[in-house]
Amino acid sequence: MNQSVYDIVTAIGKGETTARAVVAESLAAIAARDAQVRAFVCVDGEGALAAADEVDRRLAAGERVGPLAGVPVAIKDNICTLNLPTTCASRMLEDYTSPYEAGVVERLRSAGAIVVGKTNLDEFAMGSSNENSALFRTVNAWSPDRVAGGSSGGSAVAVAAGMVPCALGSDTGGSIRLPASFNGVVGLKPTYGRVSRYGLVAFGSSLDQIGPITRDARDAAIVLSVIAGDDARDSTNVRGRPFISGIADGETTPDPFSVGVASECFGEGLAGSVRASVEAGIGRLGELGAETVDIRLPHMEYAIACYYIIATAEASSNLARYDGVHYGHRTSRADDIFELYSHSRVEGFGAEVKRRIMLGTYVLSSGYYDAYYKKALQVRTLIRRDFEKAFEKVDVIASPVAPTTAFRVGEKTDDPLAMYLADVYTTSANLAGLPAISIPCGFDEDGMPIGLQLMGRWFEEDRLLAIAHRFLEGTDYNRLSPLCNPAR
Amino acid sequence: MYSEKDITHRLIVGFEIHVQLATRTKLFCGCAVEFGAPPNSRTCPVCLGLPGALPVMNRRAFEFSVDTGLALNCAINRLSKWDRKSYYYPDLPKNYQTSQYDLPVACDGFFEFNANGQPRRISILRAHLEEDAGKNIHDTPGCTLVDLNRTGTPLLEIVTLPEIESADDAYAFCTELQRLVTYLGVSHGNMQMGQMRFEPNINVEINAGGETFRTPISEIKNLNSFRSVRGAIEYEYQRQIQDWLADNDYVINDRPNENRGWDDDRGVTVFQRGKEAAHDYRYFPEPDLVPATTEEAWLETRRAKLPMAPLKRRAELVNNLGLNPDDAAVIVSDRATADLFDAAVEAGASPKTLGKHFVNLWAKLAADRDARVCDLGISADRIAELANMVDQDSVSATSAVKVAGAMLDSPDSPMKLAESMGLRAVLDTGETQAWIEQAFAANEQAVRDAAGNPKKAKAAAGFLRGQVMKISAGKANPKLVGALIEARLREQSTQE
Repeated sequence: MNQSVYDIVTAIGKGETTARAVVAESLAAIAARDAQVRAFVCVDGEGALAAADEVDRRLAAGERVGPLAGVPVAIKDNICTLNLPTTCASRMLEDYTSPYEAGVVERLRSAGAIVVGKTNLDEFAMGSSNENSALFRTVNAWSPDRVAGGSSGGSAVAVAAGMVPCALGSDTGGSIRLPASFNGVVGLKPTYGRVSRYGLVAFGSSLDQIGPITRDARDAAIVLSVIAGDDARDSTNVRGRPFISGIADGETTPDPFSVGVASECFGEGLAGSVRASVEAGIGRLGELGAETVDIRLPHMEYAIACYYIIATAEASSNLARYDGVHYGHRTSRADDIFELYSHSRVEGFGAEVKRRIMLGTYVLSSGYYDAYYKKALQVRTLIRRDFEKAFEKVDVIASPVAPTTAFRVGEKTDDPLAMYLADVYTTSANLAGLPAISIPCGFDEDGMPIGLQLMGRWFEEDRLLAIAHRFLEGTDYNRLSPLCNPAR
Repeated sequence: MYSEKDITHRLIVGFEIHVQLATRTKLFCGCAVEFGAPPNSRTCPVCLGLPGALPVMNRRAFEFSVDTGLALNCAINRLSKWDRKSYYYPDLPKNYQTSQYDLPVACDGFFEFNANGQPRRISILRAHLEEDAGKNIHDTPGCTLVDLNRTGTPLLEIVTLPEIESADDAYAFCTELQRLVTYLGVSHGNMQMGQMRFEPNINVEINAGGETFRTPISEIKNLNSFRSVRGAIEYEYQRQIQDWLADNDYVINDRPNENRGWDDDRGVTVFQRGKEAAHDYRYFPEPDLVPATTEEAWLETRRAKLPMAPLKRRAELVNNLGLNPDDAAVIVSDRATADLFDAAVEAGASPKTLGKHFVNLWAKLAADRDARVCDLGISADRIAELANMVDQDSVSATSAVKVAGAMLDSPDSPMKLAESMGLRAVLDTGETQAWIEQAFAANEQAVRDAAGNPKKAKAAAGFLRGQVMKISAGKANPKLVGALIEARLREQSTQE
């Protein structure tokens, strides 16, 4: 399906189509293409059609429907849903179904959105390629021998391959933006606290944020305006700051703005094609009326190290609950409680999850806490200050999303450090809690999509989205992947 | 080697106390705090630690902690934060406990109490909030069941400095602390239900041959009665001395500190585990909660609302109302009873008579019903009226007991009850004189003794007074009876 969220809502609103027809089209696209990319962990055709019929019934009865009435949506499988399993792409939770629903899913459903299925991810959202899924591997929508990107790979591929117009991802260190960039779609990580984390299976609690993956910026604004907002069940949710989007209502001209460019984001390791496209993208922002300003982000070089300490520390604690006692995988070969714990965890977790649990446990251990975790918290403050200073001068900061386009399947699986470097430009927004968006800005010599990252001031998603919207207007950077071409 | 007579020693005790706060719901979710509900029926995704669930702080629990901190003369941290304490246990579903590490609600206070009539004071190191764990049930052989109803119950952990030097002082401290938290209304303080759990840290300083030795510290886990606190400390004091005498290397740093349990049946502490290596709890700031902040103005309003501490209230009863210290202690033993007493004074009765009634008459009626005086359901006005009737000789002290008993079953005024029971005191001289004549006639020997035998006069006169009261069925006024008997005996001796 190639309609946007906006198109679908408009068409259904005008009675030009029905929710059932839209959902059926989405399900047909999944049936036709998912075997090639394997974006979905589960698809709920029956439930989706029933929900669509309910929307159509309400429309026919003249009842009020929400702003996403009839829009098919895919949910990353680390976000809790009633009725559908929530596996986190882990053996540990392979058979787990949540008895409650995440705040964002409640909001989507009450806005009339139709959940068509759950999407694949790196196990517990830990990874940059989707190769860490314990279930199966999702591949890139543009080339099956390239990685989908991670960890929200399934969601990005589902949108890029035209199976759904929008999907939810979660972003702890780039997990929305990286796969969005690798698949040529728009991915937004909102300000920390903007969207409720209630029902998002925690990886790094102080970094995690749920956000939309869509084909264009207006759709991202529409979805964000539904999922953002107050939720008393999440203490870190910032209340009283609703997201009201100008562009969702057709307002498309951003105020004159300045864009900061930091040399720290264009250093060693950046692929030539990515650099060229991103620089061209910054040039295009200039044509849109932006003033370009050189800025410094002196602590950016420590972001990856800082991130992998804080995220793993929190993960080691967040994942302690998966112990085989109360739910999830339980070993069949335990003679005592210690064996029950250790065997269940050894069998239930994949290699990358174990690596991060061990790293996190180590950095919190007595004798090492001050050297690693405490120092990382201090660096985090410095990174945040860098941004505070930069945003005194500029409205947004532009950078690549990732140093390369989607790499080849298997290319980095034996080198975790190289894999971690895929997050080099994205983690600092999580450490600082900033909103950041990945916008398609071109293609490399192999035709693989390239992403431009814009970071904004806290709670200024609307500016990012308005700029992104203007940026994409008149380009085909965000066209659907070749997978959707019927001639193929 | 030293023998017992070669050494002097001093007991050193500090406390960790877990106080279950009297909130309606748990610390981080809306589940009811309820004792004895069917297993796992008071649980939700948050307290079960399900994937994706998040904690939200119970504001009431925080307020209760602040109140306790203020009553313990602590500094209240303007910003107190939450930390995760990691350890694996089946009754801890997240495998970490949300607690407070470096910024607790309250710190650096002190608490005053009386032990054997002597004022004592102990330093409070800190008081922090944390969630309770669930319960492992090992009733079925080869099978452990887990009940998570208790998981997430708010606990305030109070930590003292090791400043207590006797088991009696420890006993007095624990009882006074329990009284304080129930006065504040922050805890029901019910020991049987585990709402207060005491963990004394005990060791002994031994002086021998001009040197000072300290035994390893033993922590006695989860004591839930005052008697066991005293018993465990007394036992440990002697055990540690004996262990040191048997092995002079039994000293702190050379030998591990110990966790021990109290065996109530045998009256001994039992070794549980040595604390060779400190467990690494990997504390780190809880990212799912925001720090709790307090402002001075808010603290002042809470401070202003604090009830008077029981110790101070007792002193006021003694100093301002002239009660004796023991009676005052009984009256302030719980806040509602003390409030009832104050209301009865307010209603115009004499504090001294009320004091006698509260301690003897009402307390006994309450004890018979396994209740507190305030639970008897008698209004302050009726309690005051009965005290006034006694003071005004409308009923005798003996009759007052019967009237009080009747008051429990009838809403009538005590005066009306006294009348209907025929206990209204008779102040008529003629009627009283007639009872005296009847008593004298029936007890000639006693009359002779009372009038003429100096050795037996006093006892005999007392006996005669008792006989008169008996004949009058308690209606005679004792003072009048006494005066008339005295006059009658004088008459008798003049005649002889």
